[in-house]
Amino acid sequence: MARLTFKEELCKGCGLCVAACPKHILELSNTHLNQKGYAPVKLMKPEECIGCAACATMCPDCVITVER
Amino acid sequence: MKEKVLMKGNEAIAEAAILAGCRHYFGYPITPQTEVAAYMAKKMPKIGGTFLQAESEIAAINMVYGVASTGKPSMTSSSSPGISLKCEGISYLAGADLPALIVDVQRGGPGLGGIQPSQSDYFLATRGPGHGDFHVLVFAPASVQEMADLTGRALHLAWKYRMPAMLLADGTMGQMMEPVELPEEHEAFGTDNPWAAVGTGMKRPHNIINSLELSPERLEEKNVERFERYAEIEKNECAWEEYRMEDAEICIVSYGITARISRNAIVAARAEGIKVGMIRPITLWPFPAEPLLAAADKVDSFLCVELNMGQMKDDLELAIRCRKPVDLCYRVGGMIPTSDEVLDHIRALAEGGR
Amino acid sequence: MIVFEKPKALADVPFHYCPGCTHGIIHRLVAEAIDELGVEGKTIGIAPVGCSVLAYNYFACDMIEASHGRAPAVATGVKRALPESVVFTYQGDGDLASIGLCETVSTAARGENITVIFINNAIYGMTGGQMAPTSLIGQVTQTSPYGRDPASQGYPIKVCELLATLDAPAYLERVTVNNVKNVRIAKRAIKKAFQNQVEGKGFSLVEVLSTCPTNWGMTPQKALEWIDEAMIPEYPLGVYRDKEA
Repeated sequence: MARLTFKEELCKGCGLCVAACPKHILELSNTHLNQKGYAPVKLMKPEECIGCAACATMCPDCVITVER
Repeated sequence: MKEKVLMKGNEAIAEAAILAGCRHYFGYPITPQTEVAAYMAKKMPKIGGTFLQAESEIAAINMVYGVASTGKPSMTSSSSPGISLKCEGISYLAGADLPALIVDVQRGGPGLGGIQPSQSDYFLATRGPGHGDFHVLVFAPASVQEMADLTGRALHLAWKYRMPAMLLADGTMGQMMEPVELPEEHEAFGTDNPWAAVGTGMKRPHNIINSLELSPERLEEKNVERFERYAEIEKNECAWEEYRMEDAEICIVSYGITARISRNAIVAARAEGIKVGMIRPITLWPFPAEPLLAAADKVDSFLCVELNMGQMKDDLELAIRCRKPVDLCYRVGGMIPTSDEVLDHIRALAEGGR
Repeated sequence: MIVFEKPKALADVPFHYCPGCTHGIIHRLVAEAIDELGVEGKTIGIAPVGCSVLAYNYFACDMIEASHGRAPAVATGVKRALPESVVFTYQGDGDLASIGLCETVSTAARGENITVIFINNAIYGMTGGQMAPTSLIGQVTQTSPYGRDPASQGYPIKVCELLATLDAPAYLERVTVNNVKNVRIAKRAIKKAFQNQVEGKGFSLVEVLSTCPTNWGMTPQKALEWIDEAMIPEYPLGVYRDKEA
């Protein structure tokens, strides 16, 4: 069981993680903005995450911690 | 008394720096100071130090910046055109509050100029060599002995006040050979430098050596703090020598090689009954304004003797608040006045004719 | 079990870089190398002038800010003063390949035992998108508004190829970070460049093709694709020198 945690306040909404996810389960929020004013990433289907860390690998802002 | 050795001025600088504990020298060849590099190239490898012929003056001063960042003493030497190139690096040293020694064995300018002696970097050195509001300590040796002594003193004060120091010599002083009593081996600098970038050892937060400050409020604070330090230095570190000033009516103000020439002229003038003396600044920044102002109450006039078009004359007039007339005796472009030329100026002043 | 987190050698300070700029990925790879080699306590980094000028705030090791282009000279001074330390510079294309090219070549020619991380994004980012020495032929920038024209603006400087003409460098590799696979290759290269220094092998430089979505005028994702389409054909990836191999 993989688990992702996000330091949402560091996210700049660049979307590189969204494009990198092989399971297509990340999205940029369309409901709220973080303190910096960016639409942060969110995990849509946590149960489908395989913990491959592709998202974290491509994240330029160290937003994502991956546990497996 | 310690035995004296016969040395060139440039060699005395090198040996004195080593004796003061400097183990890192970076330079680029330029006349008339290359003996410093040659001496270091021979000696440093034998004492576990660094001699590196840098790819440019710019690289050399930045290598000095690197060593200074680790809290260790280092130096570079050059002559006027090379010092122009180092100015950027000197500004960064000042901005990051780093100690280092820069030797300028001046030659005639501007531009490529010539290779004969000059004092035309006076403004460059004393106004802060580089962009921004800052000073460097400036020492003007007038003998090979002082080349050695002031090298150690410059290193010591650079560390004490965490700022660059410049030994402002000239081609004559660099090439001149004189007996010199070398100082004992001594540590001219502090070894406990909690600010230095030497690796955290995972025992403290990281140190950052830096001159960038994007907050105008904090940058203003840093500048003001630096100038408070400069005020301390002006109070404590001015050095000068007075010669035959006890009854002087004319006061010569001169440093470096021209001070030596002036001394001969004073002896000759005194033989003619002219009451002339000299105040010789040993530090050019801080400038010894106090003794000059005191002298202004006693003498009738001043004579500034320099190898430039009167750069120190400005400082002199400011120091004495224009209370007495200041005459200028100069030669430039690598020319040096004879003591007779200086004597002629003294005679003219004594006759009130100038 | 945590399998991926922010490396310890990065300070707890958010990056100021634009969204999607890959500087952040490369910072992380440098920090991961420092962590994995266990050398943070004896590492001294040299920051450049350019977008990564504030790198001194981001790395947890001791840091020195150099003047524009002079990082290799500063690194030389540090390494000569502290031979046991691990010294790296982190420099952009303007810093390393334009104003500081003399220091770059000379430091490499001396085989100075340091690690250089060279960020090539073919543009001056911090000043707002001017032509870099590495800008591509035809690339539109603020100072090449009609596209870089070799007739008046010359050709891109290829740093790895240039330095590979020298005898001294121990290791030169060009990598990029435009997809997961390439990030992993880049990580291996950067770690090797640090490992080489620890082992006393001499000058190591890793050139990383990086993005500048803001000044390229592209989305972050499109910028990653532009590396494949435009940059790699001009700047082929691979090892240009490896004295070990």
